[in-house]
Amino acid sequence: MSILINKNTKLIVQGITGNEGLFHTAQMLNYGTDVVAGVTPGKGGDWVLDGKVPVFDTVKQGVDVTGANTSVIFVPARFAPDAIFEAADAGISLVFCITEGIPVQDMMRVREYLDQKGVRMVGPNCPGALTPGETKVGIIPGNIAIPGTVGVVSRSGTLTYEVLYALKQHNMGASTCVGIGGDPVNGTNFIDVLGMFEADPRTNSVVLIGEIGGSDEERAAEFISRYMTKRVVSFIAGQTAPAGKRMGHAGAIIEGGSGTAADKIKALTNAGVQVARHPEEIPVLIGE
Amino acid sequence: MNLHEYQSKQIFARYGIPVPRGRIAVNSDEAKQIAEELGGRVVVKSQVLVGGRGKAGGIRLAKSADEAQELATRILGMEIKGLPVRRVLVDEAVSIEKEIYLGITNDRASRKPVMIASAEGGVDIEEVAARTPERIVRLHIDPLLGLREYQSRDVAVAIDLPKEYWRQFMAVADGLWRVFVENDATLVEINPLVITKEKRLVALDGKMVIDDNALFRRPDIAEKRDLDVEAPEEISARKYGLSYIKLDGQIGCMVNGAGLAMATMDIIKLYGGQPANFLDIGGGAGAEKVAAAFRIILSDPNVCAVLINIFGGITRGDEVARGILAAIDQVKPDVPMIVRLVGTNAEEGRRLLADANMMTAETLAEAAEKSVAAAKERCNQ
Repeated sequence: MSILINKNTKLIVQGITGNEGLFHTAQMLNYGTDVVAGVTPGKGGDWVLDGKVPVFDTVKQGVDVTGANTSVIFVPARFAPDAIFEAADAGISLVFCITEGIPVQDMMRVREYLDQKGVRMVGPNCPGALTPGETKVGIIPGNIAIPGTVGVVSRSGTLTYEVLYALKQHNMGASTCVGIGGDPVNGTNFIDVLGMFEADPRTNSVVLIGEIGGSDEERAAEFISRYMTKRVVSFIAGQTAPAGKRMGHAGAIIEGGSGTAADKIKALTNAGVQVARHPEEIPVLIGE
Repeated sequence: MNLHEYQSKQIFARYGIPVPRGRIAVNSDEAKQIAEELGGRVVVKSQVLVGGRGKAGGIRLAKSADEAQELATRILGMEIKGLPVRRVLVDEAVSIEKEIYLGITNDRASRKPVMIASAEGGVDIEEVAARTPERIVRLHIDPLLGLREYQSRDVAVAIDLPKEYWRQFMAVADGLWRVFVENDATLVEINPLVITKEKRLVALDGKMVIDDNALFRRPDIAEKRDLDVEAPEEISARKYGLSYIKLDGQIGCMVNGAGLAMATMDIIKLYGGQPANFLDIGGGAGAEKVAAAFRIILSDPNVCAVLINIFGGITRGDEVARGILAAIDQVKPDVPMIVRLVGTNAEEGRRLLADANMMTAETLAEAAEKSVAAAKERCNQ
């Protein structure tokens, strides 16, 4: 078992003929992901990657012909909100948006619309998800993780890879790894994923990787103390970050005295979560 | 990106929000002339992007054009919290009956814009929120529906605004909502929104923060950026697609990914050092980009060692190593460098670096430990 993505995931790639889209589609196919279609308006009828994946002009056509149930978006920020709306209207129930730099007001409108339609989005500005040994959607390198029982959820990209890699070094594998993205408004938050891991029989313990900004970690801490029976271990990045400066991610900024690493660590510790001092300590804490 | 008061008020005026008559002056003669045009009684306001201008003496009332000139001379010579005052706004003085607070920002938790209003305007709204939270009114706005008239009326009622001002208030609220949406703001604020003795609502002050991610579709706003508030290195980093923030420590950091960059800073501190900067080189680590990053990091004279932490993943470690070596060849840094590479072909990458006499590390902890030791050795002798 796993969460969000598995062997039944039939993926459509929006922006498949762009550099990023094409490169990562090849990576996903190599990993075994069932990529059934791609979309680039104006390139319908083409095939990419040695004839492995058909390209359609619209998501609707791709879904009608191939039965795709999940979409991954690689289109530039200015076109990404429209791509998400298009996926939702075409009947896709799960959208991963890798694109970074989308204006926050666009994301608020997108999220409101998706909630009304009952469509789940992961991201934007996220690396996607990986169920080791089965499938991956997005850009997480497949070779850094092995199948296992640790659920991983993170707001970060490369920091997530760091943790997966550290787990692998200790011969620990992941059930599923989900990057929820570093933007202030996103589709899926920690609580959503924690709930899924709690219900997933394959997952025995969970790693939560947070960072400064917002109050998602604090709300996750509350959720953990109320509902989680599985063990949760955490790391929070940004303990040395100064207030008022945006640390790369649009969401990673300490505003008006809230959103500090210290506050988040305190909330998690109070909820019984062991917080690692650095990423390489995580496997040690899980192994205890 | 923050806008100045005068820029915000110019935008407010375009959306029908009443603002005082006034103009910007860059010298005291201009200030005098504007004051004469406005009838003598004016407020001279420094235009710098920091809070607490009033307390610092950067906002003063003048009773005559001559006094306006004198005050402008004094204020234009000031520095407020380290920022030079380059312009003053000369506004007609308004007779104030009552001060209100009105703002719109994004509520991350509910993922919706929220209008915030209070009958206690003219003071620090965060203090009001902390001291008397019941005096703050919050109204969430559906991002698809926008602000509806009945909602503005609800807010007017909730802050006990007398009925005779509702129409004016609703027009200001509607204008402010359109300012927020049509300029991709993350914050718009009128503090204070005053009721004058003549029974008019006027926005005496204005503040706007714009979403940097939306500047591509707001070119008129992008060009208003005030470079005084940014360190020159931060500006040059942006040109290369790097994200750089200077800090006070001795160990320069070059990392791919914001989260990993923060974690790298944190582990340096854990091992007894202090990070000199945050630097995310983003995707790809070609020689040009790495060289630009080196130059920016090394422009800080406090840097005693540089830790390069690249999690390759799909990017090949040997390619990253070649990029680093080519960049070193260009920049010729004279501080110790510690490189940690992980990912495909990382062993090959580490071998290339070791052959070039670079210090390498396999784990993050090892990299931090070596960097701290190298920085101490370099700078404490």
